Amino acid sequence: MSFSVMLEQLAQGMCKSMLIFGLTLLFSMPLGLLVCFGRMSKNRLVSGIFGFFISVLRGTPLMLQLMVVYFFPYYLFGISIGNWRFPAIIVGFSINYAAYFAEIYRSGIEAIPKGQYEAAQILDYSKSQTFFKIVFPQVIKIILPAVTNEIITLVKDTSLAFSLAYMEMFTIAKQIAARDTTFVPYIVAALFYYIFNLLVAFVMRQFEKKLSYYN
Amino acid sequence: MYYLEMNDVKKSFGDLEVLKGISLTVSEGEVVSIIGPSGSGKSTLLRIATLLETMDVGNLAYMGQYAVTMEDRHSVYAKTSQLKEIKKNFGLVFQSFNLFPHKSVLHNIIDAPIFVQKRKKAEVIEEAKELLRQMGLEDKADYYPCQLSGGQQQRIAIARALALKPKVLFFDEPTSALDPELTGEVLKVIKGLAEQKMTMVIVTHEMSFAKNISDRVIFMDKGVVAASGTPEEVFNSDNARMQEFLGKLKND
Repeated sequence: MSFSVMLEQLAQGMCKSMLIFGLTLLFSMPLGLLVCFGRMSKNRLVSGIFGFFISVLRGTPLMLQLMVVYFFPYYLFGISIGNWRFPAIIVGFSINYAAYFAEIYRSGIEAIPKGQYEAAQILDYSKSQTFFKIVFPQVIKIILPAVTNEIITLVKDTSLAFSLAYMEMFTIAKQIAARDTTFVPYIVAALFYYIFNLLVAFVMRQFEKKLSYYN
Repeated sequence: MYYLEMNDVKKSFGDLEVLKGISLTVSEGEVVSIIGPSGSGKSTLLRIATLLETMDVGNLAYMGQYAVTMEDRHSVYAKTSQLKEIKKNFGLVFQSFNLFPHKSVLHNIIDAPIFVQKRKKAEVIEEAKELLRQMGLEDKADYYPCQLSGGQQQRIAIARALALKPKVLFFDEPTSALDPELTGEVLKVIKGLAEQKMTMVIVTHEMSFAKNISDRVIFMDKGVVAASGTPEEVFNSDNARMQEFLGKLKND
């Protein structure tokens, strides 16, 4: 097989990897905020439930979680959903990353001095105004380095979708490598992940610079 | 009608009784200073008056509207909607300024009037600029708090509080985080407000300042009002604890 055909196949895989990446970020970041609120709830039962949820998702392999999400409709309800593979991957990734983001958000929220809340209270901000106008904008700045880490990990983690035989780039690279007994697709894949992450790091650095107008 | 009225306020943190029955009334245009040693309950009293902290016993009213009433020997707080109305009557300037670091000076001042009081933006900006002029900081509107000195930040915090047009303005040790040089510029601003007949309650360790600008001084010690009256009465009282606090008995 020619190099160009291989590249073409890998490029198709890249698109799918990026799709997993994009959709996971899209769902896990807001979901993480909800999980974070649950975790920080004053209600002990609620915070306990969310704490348990986070500990399980952080304490078990993502690959295993993907399997569970993929197979549970069949084993639990005896039904098989058509085209469930891709949605299962997105659901699995989003839930897992939401747990990590939730803890990152919590670290940021807890870093905001009590005085900020008191000032907002004295100025009569409502609870939601306080959160969205005062607290959250400051949280973003604090958590940005941790979020960058998490996003970079996600780029590489998309390769775990191979465990559900989803045709993202790593799955394809493996197939080509096995079929043609060549190491080249792995090198191309490595380059792709690396360059993509350079880009992620660059973009996040720009965000950080944008928020460096205060300290 | 008193602008602020508190009666027999008691507060405990666990076993520690911080306030043992404090009453305080403030009339229109009055400047009241609260002085006393650390741990005497001054700041707690201020935090209770500004609803940042709850009291166990006692009542509290602004402009005759009760935020807290006494029922069966315990304090009962008014409904949230009523408290929201009552809260419009007062502002608070913190010891540590608590400006919003991610917002420019102008936005620190105008955001609450615009988002909370839903007032017209153009009008609020005009007033904010006037306040900045009054604070001697008209050229700092577009700065961020981190670019300003502590004294400037505290003056911005005062402007932010004034922008909501409170009836009573509280100060919680407004100069304790500042060096002597910067203290002066903040005290000057507060003095200016006193001259404009702003109703103020000031917790402070600046004795000569309290003496100069107050209509009334309250000396608190161990959760009670140990002495109160005009500055002359309080500073010249024979109250032993007061004298000790002022350091006059040091060599006895």
